Amino acid sequence: MVRLMVDAPAAGSDESPVDAFLHGARPKDDMPQGAPSLRHAPGPYFGSYGGRWMPESLIAALDELEDTFEKAKADPEFTAQIAELNKNYSGRPSLLTEAKRFAEHAGGVRIFLKREDLNHTGSHKINNVLGQALLAKRMGKTRVIAETGAGQHGVASATAAALLGLECVVYMGAEDCRRQSLNVARMELLGATVIPVTNGSQTLKDAINEALRDWVANVDNTHYLLGTAAGAHPFPAMVRYFHEVIGEEARAQILAQTGRLPDAVCACIGGGSNAIGIFHGFLDDPSVKIYGFEAGGEGVETGRHAATITLGKPGVLHGARSYLMQDDDGQTIESHSISAGLDYPGVGPEHSYLADIGRVSYEPITDSEAMDAFRLLCRTEGIIPAIESAHALAGAIKVGQRLAAAGNDAGGAAAGAVSEKIVIVNLSGRGDKDVATAAEWFNLLDQDSPEAEIALEGEQL
Amino acid sequence: MSTEDTSAEGRVEGAPGGSVEGTPRTAQHASKSAAAIDRAKAQGRAALIGYLPAGYPSVEDTIAAGIALAENGADLIEIGIPYSDPVMDGQVIQAATTEALANGFHVAQVFDVVRGITSRTEAAVLVMTYWNPVLRMGVDEFSRRLADAGGAGLITPDLIPDEAAEWMAASDKYGLDRVFLVAPSSTPERMKRTVDASRGFVYAVSIMGVTGARASVSSAAKDVVAAAHAAGAERVCVGLGVSNAGHVREIAAYADGVIVGTALVAAIGEGGVDAVASLTKELSTGLTQEEA
Repeated sequence: MVRLMVDAPAAGSDESPVDAFLHGARPKDDMPQGAPSLRHAPGPYFGSYGGRWMPESLIAALDELEDTFEKAKADPEFTAQIAELNKNYSGRPSLLTEAKRFAEHAGGVRIFLKREDLNHTGSHKINNVLGQALLAKRMGKTRVIAETGAGQHGVASATAAALLGLECVVYMGAEDCRRQSLNVARMELLGATVIPVTNGSQTLKDAINEALRDWVANVDNTHYLLGTAAGAHPFPAMVRYFHEVIGEEARAQILAQTGRLPDAVCACIGGGSNAIGIFHGFLDDPSVKIYGFEAGGEGVETGRHAATITLGKPGVLHGARSYLMQDDDGQTIESHSISAGLDYPGVGPEHSYLADIGRVSYEPITDSEAMDAFRLLCRTEGIIPAIESAHALAGAIKVGQRLAAAGNDAGGAAAGAVSEKIVIVNLSGRGDKDVATAAEWFNLLDQDSPEAEIALEGEQL
Repeated sequence: MSTEDTSAEGRVEGAPGGSVEGTPRTAQHASKSAAAIDRAKAQGRAALIGYLPAGYPSVEDTIAAGIALAENGADLIEIGIPYSDPVMDGQVIQAATTEALANGFHVAQVFDVVRGITSRTEAAVLVMTYWNPVLRMGVDEFSRRLADAGGAGLITPDLIPDEAAEWMAASDKYGLDRVFLVAPSSTPERMKRTVDASRGFVYAVSIMGVTGARASVSSAAKDVVAAAHAAGAERVCVGLGVSNAGHVREIAAYADGVIVGTALVAAIGEGGVDAVASLTKELSTGLTQEEA
């Protein structure tokens, strides 16, 4: 096993390798000869994916957003604002926690959890909403709108809007509003207005459609605070930018804690924002295998899933060309997952590109596999994960077992090496929101309790 | 302005995507939409353009209603393809297209609708569609079948010229009109680029918003039309929010064509083909009569 280290600091520098990395030094020797960097892909295209498949009415707003974003990135005042909010509001850097008892079930490799669940509002979503809300202020917009599946991004958006004094309107499927009434209340407590969406399939994709209709009509004073690394340019590259901090911290932390890079990095994929954030830190490290775990729902063979890259075909939806769950007519197919946060028939365009070039492997995880991993983490580590993140945990178990099998095949001399294999899992969110769903799944509720009634409807944040 | 010059709103120079470079824009690609608008112009009036979603309430009804549109004063007909995610449509059209899909509408049936209307009327028939259904079938295949059915071209609400290289090539190959949208928010640079890429006419969005009837026509519409004409567009038609003869009269004073959608969809939903016929007749009075 070659131990990979970042570049030695420049002569005369007293920076540690970790500091050097955080200040931009990259392990150039690790790059295959002549291979271009995959980091900081600016868009609008990622290979043949991405772009702007949007009504002309919104192009001026996208241009304004792109221009504002590019200027902000180059403005030390803006980057300092982001750093300050990340540190003193969100609670960054998030921890990197070794999960030793959990790892015993993953072939005996070492497993580290990137603890985005410990951020303010309970997930990675805060990274993106703070950044975009600051951009909204810089554009002079007084109102932000957002879509939400079952509430995670809606709550984060309402939080950022409250912090920065912006009006906030959240579009949410009517069915989700009904079964997530506590989350509707949470957004309203934060000062947001929640509008139930009764069009189409009344799901997340329809909430996005309705937010886009609002944006067209109110673009003068409104920013659309899209919640994932999808949509029209500049959204995929911009949302990734605000989440890159996950991967940068994780890379520095694993080097500090273990002295080397991980063998694998795992994350769950809905639209793909938490995943692209952590992947980004490792894209140019060829020794690090990268895995994205999609929602396999009841099994990809059943048709009831959200495994967009695994089974979808390229198409355009919500402004980007990417893999898409669609029928032979190009109509979007409804997705299914026990995890509301992964229940989306599209995926960010950069993931489609990374899949096609083979840099990232995308695999489905079923509801059942995810819930087994959910319970396992609860009982071995005392951490209740979001069901979304449980998909990444289930994937990490498979990856760990494969690493172990490969080590064992290599003979006894390599057996010791298995325990030195390192896997990082992005624990993108905490599972408080999922307690009712999990309780129902594991039959922990009295049959006639009010909680059981709610859980039957799939209570999630 | 020459009525013989039905070939193009634009030029090859500056066309995006590079796919049409070297493809001469000649009279062999005479635009059916431009010809229909010019026929109205020769009568001293603007053209009336009516929208109907295919398959609502049935394919047969759409064909019958399209014929009724043509027989009662519409010069061009837009047939919309029902789509699962219609981000530019308001409640009425969403409800209609959702119902058509629920009734089992398939994209290929749009060619039956186009053929059914073009075989029995002189109206130019365009298809209005979100882009993914075209991509799924294949841009070339879709274009070939549309041309075979007698269609005039496509109106593309979520396709901008920047992403249209494949469509530019296919529309040239099959002699189809490509109607892109311009909006009150379009910059002069984008206006020019979109006008240059368009053929047949340019679709001016009257308001920042989605489809649906409104009490009055936005004052922005007149400015958009002026900007499109200034950018070189010979034919500019206005849509969104036009629902009665008064709106038609107001817009016909400055635009080359007036597009009515939601009001016709509501009419077919409430009163069937007869209601489409009578509404079309009423709308067309706005093209020729002075307000009483």
